Amino acid sequence: MTWYPHRRIRAVPDGLLGPLGLLLCAGLLEAAPRLGLVPAAYLPPLSETAAALADEAAGGAFWSALADTLRGWGYGLAVAAAAGVGLGLVIGGAAPLRRVTASTIEFLRPIPSVALVPLAVLLYGTGQTSTLLLVVYASVWPVLLQVLAGVRDVDPVARDTAAGFRLSWWLRLRHLVWPTTLPFLMTGLRLAASVALILAVTAQLVIGAPGLGREIARAQAANAVDRMYALVVVTGLLGVAVNAGARALERRVLFWHASVRKEAAA
Amino acid sequence: MTTRARVSPPAALARRGRLEVEGLAKTYRGKRRTFEAVRDLTFTVEAGELACVVGPSGAGKTTLLRCIAGLLPPSAGAVRLGGEPVLAPPPGMAVVFQEYARSLFPWLTVAQNVELPLRQKKLPKAARHGLVERSLAAVGLADVPGAHPWQLSGGMQQRVAIARALAYEPDVLLMDEPFAAVDAQTRAELEDLTRSLWHELRMTVLFVTHDIDEAVYLGEQVLVLSASPTVVLDSVAVDLPARREQLATRALPRFAELRAEVFTLIQRAKTYHTAPPAGEARA
Ligand SMILES: Nc1ncnc2c1ncn2[C@@H]1O[C@H](COP(=O)(O)OP(=O)(O)OP(=O)(O)O)[C@@H](O)[C@H]1O
Ligand SMILES: [Mg+2]
Repeated sequence: MTWYPHRRIRAVPDGLLGPLGLLLCAGLLEAAPRLGLVPAAYLPPLSETAAALADEAAGGAFWSALADTLRGWGYGLAVAAAAGVGLGLVIGGAAPLRRVTASTIEFLRPIPSVALVPLAVLLYGTGQTSTLLLVVYASVWPVLLQVLAGVRDVDPVARDTAAGFRLSWWLRLRHLVWPTTLPFLMTGLRLAASVALILAVTAQLVIGAPGLGREIARAQAANAVDRMYALVVVTGLLGVAVNAGARALERRVLFWHASVRKEAAA
Repeated sequence: MTTRARVSPPAALARRGRLEVEGLAKTYRGKRRTFEAVRDLTFTVEAGELACVVGPSGAGKTTLLRCIAGLLPPSAGAVRLGGEPVLAPPPGMAVVFQEYARSLFPWLTVAQNVELPLRQKKLPKAARHGLVERSLAAVGLADVPGAHPWQLSGGMQQRVAIARALAYEPDVLLMDEPFAAVDAQTRAELEDLTRSLWHELRMTVLFVTHDIDEAVYLGEQVLVLSASPTVVLDSVAVDLPARREQLATRALPRFAELRAEVFTLIQRAKTYHTAPPAGEARA
């Protein structure tokens, strides 16, 4: 007889495991401070954080901070995506250009965006533009590298087919290179979207540019621990939303890709 | 529309569709190894003829085809289509590849796949749609224009690739082991489809295969290649009736004779470079 240890877990349906885990976590966060396992001054019970969150949502400052963060994230991501795609298609399209730029890219890419904080402040002070600079710098790399990989991935048989039918440069780009690159681009965008959010909040936290990050710093300075946690939870929720949005977009755009295809009537 | 009708008088077709391969050689030069794939190929396919090329696996059939298509520069020799040297993919030539799944674009529908080359030809929309519809109907796929290639069976996908080539209205159609990856039934159907389309359209067809039966059944001429470095061993004229039929034609005594003849040549092809016939000095 074979015994499958993992079978026992199946007593709970798969779809419920995730919510169940969240619920357990929430229970722990509520119970631990109340039981005195952690000092409530540093980690207030979840219910208090939730109450603080409700207070925040009632005020206008929170919403404008949220809008600032989303704006810094969105604009930065858009600029990074446009630059990454443009550069990627141009560099990837020409082998000599690829070889010339490879070392430069390998040098610039590992520089942590946060190391550019002084530069950003020097250039743009503590305004939105500083956030934008850091966000763009951090999120352009995943897009660029993925597009470069995508352009190189064009199937040789498909390439021969396009050449055999004498397709023009534009038709090849539009109907062969671009669709081949799309799955790579989607992965790059998903990574960039997360990185952009991290950098947007970091810039506001460190530089004091307007946004959720600055609100977190202020709440901490004012010793409003529950408010601080409430804002942290919001940034976490943003991250989840960004990732879910990116995945949904991926499934829509890549309906033809082997990883997404579903049976559909012709 | 004021473009001239594409009804080709025999003389014009003779000019356009004649395929000449002369002294063609291809040596692959890599960093680590040089490999002489094709040594010396010379043959002519007359305009409107259906010729088959057979050779053992690795003989350089794909190499030959890519050179003819202008996709690969030969190391020596020349390819001429309608008298013009082929230096890049020429107009009026279409290729059907063995790997249909990779040759069709999965992000386009069947109809869009067939239409794409026509957009390069700058045909007006109505003309494009007419051609797409007719060529899909010709391969028996009139009812799936909106499907994506990956929703179709292998045989259907290869039909789409054939329809795409037909819609392009080529003077010369090159086919590289197009039916090697489909089951026997589908294969028989596609062979008959190829014959009947050729009958109807009278373009030049060069059909590459490693299957002797297929070569004899389809071709008017069978070119037998040696193992690589490749040379043409012989050319067998196929004097079977023009209208062929899977069971009846294959049952003809003449079919068996031709098959045996090509088979013997292929056997020789495999050992051509290791055991030269007596009296023939090796270079
Ligand atoms: N790009 C390449 N670089 C180096 N060698 C190659 C290259 N392409 C093909 N060859 C070699 O040339 C020879 C002929 O290859 P080719 O693909 O033309 O054969 P084939 O007759 O089409 O074979 P098959 O029947 O298996 O399709 C092979 O030995 C192969 O290893
Ligand atoms: Mg081959």
